[in-house]
Amino acid sequence: MQEVMKKRASELLADGTVVRVLGWKNGEFAYDPTPAVFQTVESLEAFVYNDFCASNLSKYLIKFLRQEGKTLVFLKPCDSYSFNQLLTEHRVIRENVYIIGVPCDGKVAEDKLREKGAEGILGIETEGDQIKVKTLYGDLDLNKKECLGERCLSCKSHQVVVFDEMLGENGEENPDCGRFDMVEKLEAMTPEQRFEFWRGELSKCIRCNACRNICPACSCEKCVFDNPASGISQKAAADSFEENMFHIIRAFHVAGRCTDCGECSRVCPQHILLHLLNRKFIKEMNECYGEYQAGAEAGSRAPLVNFTMDDCEPSIIYTKEAGK
Amino acid sequence: MKKIALTKLDELFAAIAASKSLYLPVDTEKGAKYTAWTEGAKLSEATNTVRSAKDFFFPQVEDMASFKVEGKKIEVIDTRKEAEDFVVFGVRACDAKSFEILDSVYLVDPVDSYYASRREHGVVMTLACSRPTETCFCKAFGIDAAEPAGDISCWKTEDSLLLKANTEKGQALLDSLSMLEDAEDTAADAVKAATREIVEKLPLSNLSTDAFGGDKLSALFDSDKWESLSESCLACGTCTFVCPTCQCYDIRDYDTGHGVKRFRCWDSCMYSDFTLCAHGNTRTTQMQRFRQRFMHKLVYYPANNNGVFGCVGCGRCMRSCPISMNIVKVMKTLEG
Amino acid sequence: MQVNNEFRPKIVAFCCNWCSYAGADLAGTNRANYPADVKIIRVPCSCRVNPMFILRAFQRGADGVILCGCHPGDCHYTTGNYYARRRMTMLFSMLSYLGIEKGRTRVEWVSAAEGAKFAATMNEFVETITALGENKRLEDLRCKK
Repeated sequence: MQEVMKKRASELLADGTVVRVLGWKNGEFAYDPTPAVFQTVESLEAFVYNDFCASNLSKYLIKFLRQEGKTLVFLKPCDSYSFNQLLTEHRVIRENVYIIGVPCDGKVAEDKLREKGAEGILGIETEGDQIKVKTLYGDLDLNKKECLGERCLSCKSHQVVVFDEMLGENGEENPDCGRFDMVEKLEAMTPEQRFEFWRGELSKCIRCNACRNICPACSCEKCVFDNPASGISQKAAADSFEENMFHIIRAFHVAGRCTDCGECSRVCPQHILLHLLNRKFIKEMNECYGEYQAGAEAGSRAPLVNFTMDDCEPSIIYTKEAGK
Repeated sequence: MKKIALTKLDELFAAIAASKSLYLPVDTEKGAKYTAWTEGAKLSEATNTVRSAKDFFFPQVEDMASFKVEGKKIEVIDTRKEAEDFVVFGVRACDAKSFEILDSVYLVDPVDSYYASRREHGVVMTLACSRPTETCFCKAFGIDAAEPAGDISCWKTEDSLLLKANTEKGQALLDSLSMLEDAEDTAADAVKAATREIVEKLPLSNLSTDAFGGDKLSALFDSDKWESLSESCLACGTCTFVCPTCQCYDIRDYDTGHGVKRFRCWDSCMYSDFTLCAHGNTRTTQMQRFRQRFMHKLVYYPANNNGVFGCVGCGRCMRSCPISMNIVKVMKTLEG
Repeated sequence: MQVNNEFRPKIVAFCCNWCSYAGADLAGTNRANYPADVKIIRVPCSCRVNPMFILRAFQRGADGVILCGCHPGDCHYTTGNYYARRRMTMLFSMLSYLGIEKGRTRVEWVSAAEGAKFAATMNEFVETITALGENKRLEDLRCKK
């Protein structure tokens, strides 16, 4: 796949269709590619695409919104939903982007390799579902499926929903992904248990803002939490309340806009299960206002910027639970 | 040098914890974390903790003072929490070195009394590395993973823990632990050699620092490589918050509605409101902020500290950066 | 808040300018009783209330927060309360998900003619919050006296 992608990128750069390519650049090790911009055919030498290219590239396109020339971007299924969402919000211009869709069967998480004992990694080779990890302390044969990132285990869709051309076979939606299983488990708990669970998660937060800054839906020019004039700007959670507030408000601000790409949980250095907040909103909106998948279709109207005359009353939240 | 059988580690920890709070790395579901020792807590085997040990001396959030306002009267209340005696066990050589770097900032005039008090009350027990990993590059900064500093240095052999005091504070603690037996001064030599042998084989051990230092300012500052290095930086503060040597903080006032609480918290040069002044910000682009962080570690800090670099090669930033950009990539690119 | 060793809740009521605030006014002119624990904040429309307002109220020591607006269909701005309704539904859902006691937040539609309903709603809400007790799970210790 990498070579095909490289070849298409070179062709499109060479014939002037695009002026820059947004992709991934190889890193220091086998597992740490970095998102990168390539402007010349020669620079594509460093282009890489492998099981570790997890970053969602859609958000970087905002940066090129006001720049001349067309950008070629490679989008995985998750990323294509984010792209549509950004399109809906006028944060990208469709005509300025050339999208090549790439199929994805899940990305491998570095920390899963570590959990399986891979320390001192010197090299990684993948063959189908087998991952051969060469380490200082011996070699490991791992199964790719067991090393996938958490989000890939409940992948909602293998389908690239927007593209100019598709490399390889496009996948399909995966409605039986079970992505709400954990949310349901939490809903079944008592309020006390839920409170304990979330205190345990959110108290780990170091407010590095990685979740916010990687989030394609968090595209504000200036975040309310960074604005000293807002009265609620924070650099660190000085009280447990602030931990709660940051994450509630962040989830709320992306409610109805979050495509469930899972980047927030992937990048959290403290491994907080942040996607469970977003999924709760998605699930609740599906139940109250009908099924809706942000980013499935550009230009769609999200539930929170929409209404019907006979929407349920907020008190339904309380009676719903009592009914359980 | 002293020793104790590994099977008796719990006894040792219990004895230390009897008089002081004891913290040590314990495995959690996701990586090792410094945790207060309680009966049954098991020392982690991990190469290093996810968060650094600087938290003990320079916590993320710290109360400084509060103000009570009544009419035209303002009362200032010192809300500092007096540090209690504590022991941190299992600090690696890189983190032990990071304390020296923090000291050079906080213990020079004017001394930061909050930090100083914690340093005085804390005893650092380091533990030599036995399984360094590929993200380790302490050797590049002249740190010997087999010979960690600290008040007491420890080594783990097959069946026992060896302990050596380096300071008076460390000696006093060792003297108070009656279960320790005497050991040959050379008892740790074999494990030291084994560690050094692995370190030699680490892919980043021979990372060159030749292109960096206090005298390389203009060449590096004006390098045209910063643009491409920083192009995918998200401007989050993950690298700065997991870094054992990042030492910037912000002092903030929180209006409680009936008074003001003044606290300080970690700040990050990656943030848009870092060093925000009345006129705005001195660094307006992410490239400048990104450059600041690495220039500080590799140029500004050594310029003011006899050539000592502000990085200890612990590799935490390499593991936690969401987009896998890090100081090693920066150094190799700038040099190349 | 403890008054004479008895718990008195602090209640913040966001009232829309056109209906509910007038409703509160009517409750007053009609001399309908409701506890002084309720502090009213007037907003242009129920839709003006950002979820952050509600969290901030809890941070600053509220034990319960209620939002009152025009009845659906009667919004002065035609549709504001429809949006508010969805927004509050989602917020309540999230608070409950985080383990905050249900009932600490409430939405009630009160028209300018419903002074009696306003008083009755407030009486009932104060009762609910008194039973729930002090807000512990969404408190900010720094704001406590």
